[in-house]
Amino acid sequence: MTQGLITSAYLVAAAFFIASLAGLSKQETARRGNWLGILGMTIALLATIASVSMDAIVPLVIALAIGSAIGLRLALKVEMTQMPELVAILHSFVGLAAVLVGYNSFFETHSATGAALTVHLTEVFLGVFIGAVTFSGSIVAFAKLRGIASSKPLSIPHKHKLNLLALIASALLLVYFVGFEGGETALLIMTLIAVVFGLHLVASIGGADMPVVVSMLNSYSGWAAAAAGFMLSNDLLIITGALVGSSGAILSYIMCKAMNRSFISVIAGGFGQADTQQSAEQEQGEYREINAEDVADLLRNSSSVVITPGYGMAVAQAQYPVAEICQKLKERGIKVRFGIHPVAGRMPGHMNVLLAEAKVPYDIVLEMDEINEDLADTDTVLVIGANDTVNPAAAEDPTSPIAGMPVLEVWKAQNVVVFKRSMNTGYSGVNNPLFYKDNTQMCFGDAKATVDAILKAL
Amino acid sequence: MFIAIPKEKLHDETRVAATPATTEQLRKLGFTVLVESGAGSAAGFSDEAYAEAGASIAGPDQLWASELIYKVNAPTEQEISLLQKGSTLVSFIWPAQNPELVARLAAQGVNVLAMDMVPRISRAQSLDALSSMSNIAGYRAVIEAAHSFGRFLSGQITAAGKVQPAKVLVIGAGVAGLAAIGAARSLGAIVRAFDTRLEVAEQIESLGGEFLKLEFAEDGSSSSGYAKVMSDEFIAAEMALFAAQAKEVDIIITTALIPGRPAPKLITKQMVDSMKPGSVIVDLAAATGGNCEYTEAGKITETVSGVKVIGYTDLPGRLAAQSSQLYGTNLVNLAKLLCKTKDGQMVLDMQDVIIRNMSVVHQGEVTFPPPAISVTAATKPVVASAAPVAKTEKKSISANWFIGLAAVILLWIGYSAPSDFLAHFTVFLLSCVVGYYLVWNVTHALHTPLMSVTNAISGIIVLGALLQISSDSLLVQALAFFAVLIATINIVGGFTVTRRMLKMFTKGGE
Repeated sequence: MTQGLITSAYLVAAAFFIASLAGLSKQETARRGNWLGILGMTIALLATIASVSMDAIVPLVIALAIGSAIGLRLALKVEMTQMPELVAILHSFVGLAAVLVGYNSFFETHSATGAALTVHLTEVFLGVFIGAVTFSGSIVAFAKLRGIASSKPLSIPHKHKLNLLALIASALLLVYFVGFEGGETALLIMTLIAVVFGLHLVASIGGADMPVVVSMLNSYSGWAAAAAGFMLSNDLLIITGALVGSSGAILSYIMCKAMNRSFISVIAGGFGQADTQQSAEQEQGEYREINAEDVADLLRNSSSVVITPGYGMAVAQAQYPVAEICQKLKERGIKVRFGIHPVAGRMPGHMNVLLAEAKVPYDIVLEMDEINEDLADTDTVLVIGANDTVNPAAAEDPTSPIAGMPVLEVWKAQNVVVFKRSMNTGYSGVNNPLFYKDNTQMCFGDAKATVDAILKAL
Repeated sequence: MFIAIPKEKLHDETRVAATPATTEQLRKLGFTVLVESGAGSAAGFSDEAYAEAGASIAGPDQLWASELIYKVNAPTEQEISLLQKGSTLVSFIWPAQNPELVARLAAQGVNVLAMDMVPRISRAQSLDALSSMSNIAGYRAVIEAAHSFGRFLSGQITAAGKVQPAKVLVIGAGVAGLAAIGAARSLGAIVRAFDTRLEVAEQIESLGGEFLKLEFAEDGSSSSGYAKVMSDEFIAAEMALFAAQAKEVDIIITTALIPGRPAPKLITKQMVDSMKPGSVIVDLAAATGGNCEYTEAGKITETVSGVKVIGYTDLPGRLAAQSSQLYGTNLVNLAKLLCKTKDGQMVLDMQDVIIRNMSVVHQGEVTFPPPAISVTAATKPVVASAAPVAKTEKKSISANWFIGLAAVILLWIGYSAPSDFLAHFTVFLLSCVVGYYLVWNVTHALHTPLMSVTNAISGIIVLGALLQISSDSLLVQALAFFAVLIATINIVGGFTVTRRMLKMFTKGGE
């Protein structure tokens, strides 16, 4: 296959990728978007394989076959509640691939000289660095989401200084590697530093910030691909990497805005630790309990109901009974809608996926801004496994660590029922005054069991 | 424990502190209700109706010996002398305006809760008697206006000709103002409303009124939940608006009150004289001096130009049954707060902000004024407003630095890097821009599919590995093999899981 043909095939593939992301902007066109992505990828792969020499075809096909089989199995087996984990581990694969491609690229090229060599070596170095950080960071994120590692932020002394030190050391190694022909040794040492840096970076971020971390790693995996594109002089890699990188960066930005934090402070880690004790000491007040039958009664007598799910619903796998309750209430002519906070769950859009899985029509699943103004006219709000995202302290208490974070203003509704395991605080460790409001009732227990009981009572 | 409902002594007072319906609710809380004979007659509730609801009709001696006394108006001198030491009186007091009354009550050694001192917090809404009375006053204001107005409020086209709808201007969109807007709208009038607090625009519009906005950047919200006093420039602009509106509208209803001060004069004699003959003004602030210069408290004044200015101060009392019912319910809700155990025993919990705020006299000690509690969420923006300004400034400075730095780097790259690299770099930057615009368009609900698709296409890195697999070096071959394998997992896994997810997104009815 001639170089010209390959280039034009790559161009077509890049156009398909852009069209694919454009298709994802709306539910109606999203499926077509995914197909366009697959099409683009197929074209790119075929064009590349056609240019590979014949004797390499066999191992190549074997690798592709094994990879496809594993990928298919993972994707078909995964529970929707475990989506964040899957996405995290897939990111680590991209990171690792970027590291390997970087090393290969270093071993392969000695033809270039002068400025071209300097540029190439820099590209290799940066590509490996980003790839290694993505790789190890994603693994920690996966472990945290899986529950293998503690979701509490790791806090070792001088952590910011350590991070800075790692960056400076890597920068020095870059100079040594490029300017003084440092060779494999410099590259290997830097890789080790980058791996540790990635581990520490994600380990020191708390569980509540996982949506930011996951989208941040998504962004990194894109930049890693783009860096690989630079070292291989491959425009398709550069285009795709840049698309993915900016996509992840924007998602991180959206998530941070939804939590009213600066991106830097999330990345630097350690949010909310100092403030926690202070607010935990605050006067709490009394809360009232309600049982499942009474919740069912309350729902029957309401004319409009809003359900605001959080991570707790995902943990308890309660989305199916919740969807059934929604269905039953709708049959009675009660208006039921869902209110989703941008950072509910552990990944952007996590709740939407779970509700979609349980066949909740997406036109009754609304965003925070869409539902907030209607909450005052709502008879009953069910808060299922959400805590910080419905905390009135964010709006009312300027001293609260989450002050100013936009929240679902559920307390404005006539009645609020909170489903919770116990009176413990949420991930941010902030006490929730919602539980002590006059119009709030608490329904303790496992979310799934409680929701099932309500379903039966209905 | 006994709750006593005396007959109101104030001349012209038609309301009563309990109706047969609320009597029943009080009894459910474990209280015994004593009602003075004839207490409800002006509101249309007979002694028999109270007796049927379970109340006992009692004489003054037994009545004033009760531990808890519910009244509408502040007690007269004669009533105060009947109060027993240690008993609790609940009524409107207006402690800021009546310091002698408060001192006199303290001397009597009683507890006094003022229904006009209910804090404006959400928990206390159910006992906010000022709101429930304002609501009635606003409604009644429209009825009084309609009564004095010589025409329909709604527009009609009849065989006898076309009738223009009346135009109503409501000033002040508090509880009374909003009630007036709603009532006037439902009678068919065209309603406009003005308020210094911009945040109420939505509430006005939700009731079908049109919010008249001044092109002026000042918000009258304050932390107490009432409007604050505005600057002179603002008031000038506001008066110009009223003067223009006065020439146009048929009915003006004013509800502007500033707590603890005389009502602001908003409608001058000149404005009234410019109104069409037959127009009506209802001044809900008449009791504190009136918003209109023609207002005389308690009366209808007709100007030379034929405009009627209604200054009734007893608008809630003109709907006695309704006022008594709502006020009675406020008192039932207070009883629930005083008696959480529902066993008819009252506990005056001074730690409770609501009780603390309402308490004017406690065990013979004057407890007014209460410590300040901040009410609305509006305090936050005041605190926060200074910070964002500084932040944006800082941001723009650092943004400038950033742009400058980026320009320098670009120039340096352009100068030193090989042309090959520059071509790739161009592609890279343009792709970032394309990605930026694409991703902002993605709806929130599809963020997870977006992530898995981008994840799948970032597996494009497989191309690099594919090209390297035909290398001569065995090490490179092995590494490339592994890289192809894991990148393929990524591609196939990412696309498949996205397909699975997207399949699940269905619209209602599909």
